[in-house]
Amino acid sequence: MYEIVRREDFSDTTFLIEVKRPMLAKAAMPGQFVIVRSHTGGERIPLTIADFDREQGTITLVVQAVGKTTKQMREECVVGSRLKSLAGPMGNPSHIDSVGKVVCVGGGLGVAPVYPILRAYKESGAYVIGVVGFREKGLVFWKEKFAAHCDELVICTDDGSEGIKGNVTTGLKDVMARHADIGEVVAIGPPVMMKACAEATRPAGIKTIVSLNPVMVDGTGMCGGCRVTVGGETKLGCVDGPDFDGHEVDFDELVTRLRRWKEDERAALERWQNHKSDCRMLHGSK
Amino acid sequence: MKKNLGNIEPLRTAMREQPPLERRRNFDEVSICFTVDEALREAARCLRCKKPGCVGGCPVSIDIPAFIERISEHDYEGAYRVLSESTLLPAVCGRVCPQERQCEGQCTVGKKYSPVAIGALERFVGDMAIANGWTTGSRPASNGRRVGVIGSGPAGLACAADMARAGCEVTIFEALHEPGGVLRYGIPEFRLPNSVVDAEVGKLAALGVKIECDTLAGRMFTIEQMMGEMGFDAVFVAVGAGYPVFPRIPGDALNGVISANELLTRCNLMAAHAFPETDTPMGIGRKVAVIGAGNTAMDAMRVSLRLGAEQVFCLYRRGEEECPARAEELRHAKEEGVIFHWLTAPIEILGDENGHVRAIRCVRMKPGEPDASGRRRPVPVPENEQGFEADTIVYAIGTNANPIIGRTCGIRLTEKGYIAVDDELQTSIPGVFAGGDIVTGAATVILAMGAGRKAASGMRKYLGI
Repeated sequence: MYEIVRREDFSDTTFLIEVKRPMLAKAAMPGQFVIVRSHTGGERIPLTIADFDREQGTITLVVQAVGKTTKQMREECVVGSRLKSLAGPMGNPSHIDSVGKVVCVGGGLGVAPVYPILRAYKESGAYVIGVVGFREKGLVFWKEKFAAHCDELVICTDDGSEGIKGNVTTGLKDVMARHADIGEVVAIGPPVMMKACAEATRPAGIKTIVSLNPVMVDGTGMCGGCRVTVGGETKLGCVDGPDFDGHEVDFDELVTRLRRWKEDERAALERWQNHKSDCRMLHGSK
Repeated sequence: MKKNLGNIEPLRTAMREQPPLERRRNFDEVSICFTVDEALREAARCLRCKKPGCVGGCPVSIDIPAFIERISEHDYEGAYRVLSESTLLPAVCGRVCPQERQCEGQCTVGKKYSPVAIGALERFVGDMAIANGWTTGSRPASNGRRVGVIGSGPAGLACAADMARAGCEVTIFEALHEPGGVLRYGIPEFRLPNSVVDAEVGKLAALGVKIECDTLAGRMFTIEQMMGEMGFDAVFVAVGAGYPVFPRIPGDALNGVISANELLTRCNLMAAHAFPETDTPMGIGRKVAVIGAGNTAMDAMRVSLRLGAEQVFCLYRRGEEECPARAEELRHAKEEGVIFHWLTAPIEILGDENGHVRAIRCVRMKPGEPDASGRRRPVPVPENEQGFEADTIVYAIGTNANPIIGRTCGIRLTEKGYIAVDDELQTSIPGVFAGGDIVTGAATVILAMGAGRKAASGMRKYLGI
């Protein structure tokens, strides 16, 4: 059981939890993830480590409440509560070396995970350009955190209410137009976004690393559910990744595979929501 | 009267079983443990051979005539003590060992009649020990030595028990959220109930062994850290060979194509059969094709039936006589209605417009020349193809070494990625031992347990205790 020591809500759907597990915090490296099981009977879900504090012995996870498990976590993961399981760090750490100039792109779910990578690049001496995307101004988070480790920070919003108008691919193209000497791009977010970023850099031949988050059960190389095709070979996201060469990833296959459990996910969510409203009705009639 | 082949009951006492049509839709245990009367009747069939073949057939050399003798004397706890000298997990091995190729295959009675039901008797004693809370001894005085064990499957449990009995302070690190390794995530409830795993694992607590779940060794700490700052005097690596093999035929990546590991883990560890009461789904589909015919394949087929599949069939590229599963598993699967297509190899998986499996295309095979394993290598019969409709395809064609330990420390590996060891199971890092599937490749529970014990013996020598 692992205690939640801090919680911060960025929006109706996105929230942060900081969890105590000193050994994990000590071992965590940028790019790695954990497997969380929030309650007994709960599923094992992979979440990328958004930050770690070795002195406090905590790791930070940013969660988007989209399905049954994450919505339940949004309700139940309060300060002082405990996660039933927390295993990791899993996956290979991101390969960080001073590449001269690097662009770190984070969109949607990928904003928080790209942060520790971006910070590590800065610490390794790279010239770091951050590109982060949100739907609108009110949903922007960690602006100062990013700015503190960026030489340039580009914020993109769908409606233009903050930074430039457009998605992160627009932001990336904008940066590419201004800098001819980009050594590497790291792009983390929904598969469609990562694919668009990889396509944007392909003509210029800029090395582009993406972090994949396929469906997995154990996270230790056992179930094979997270297999992805990279450069024509089958790889497991959990132990061979999560970072892969974005120009080699079969994103269409990944998108299809992410749909595998869609109906079951919907059923689980509906059942949980009905159950909750039943409870409320019972409670109300008393 | 001295017993000989002339005056024993020719037929072994059969274990009672749930009727096939009933059990194929529930997860309750298939075989029902011997009653005392049944056990006594079966024990009476043992000739107590002076030179028992059965002991030689047992990978951990259990004194089989001695434990059966104790049963005949109604000294069941004595029988348990005899078993415990060689095995930590009688209730497990009595259920899952391939006895027909081990002890029972060498039984003298078996040369003329059906062999003594050694497995069923072992399970009888193991279950009685659990029911009565018999243990294999209490915690000895500590010798101050600390042993770390990576993995809580059969190899890890056996090594941990032996080192704890030797007075060491033992900690097992388990990556998943529950201990037991393959006993937990792999073998289904109807063949090995989780309550039995709990009981067998629980015995280790009595010996003072600590088990830390949710702890992925290699990533949370390296083996070098364990032997250094973490203060372990010796380490045993028993992480198994869980990395599933996919054959890379067209359509492998379609939704509905899964490894047996995934099916079994979802069902056994994550209780997906209770979805949506539990959160992990496992929509099994109507028609399930399982590729492979080993014990894991049998488990996958029988789990699929219990999850509600209408039709489950096996595709295996060799013939029935070369089926690697335990005889009992194959029989049970057939009784439950699994259809077997022998000498049938998949060549392509076909999908629908949503990227989900709809069918599998196969080619007929015929036995060819013997291969390296001595089995006849199957070769395709030209222009003899067959298609099968299926909405779930389960691969149970083996596993490779788990790569995490090899990638996170300087341990020497074999060409295929397994951990290289010497005769005492010590690795290239002094004080670090390895055993079980991560050394041998996928094998059986009993062989892993034997390796755990062997490593413990090497470890005691290394530690000078």
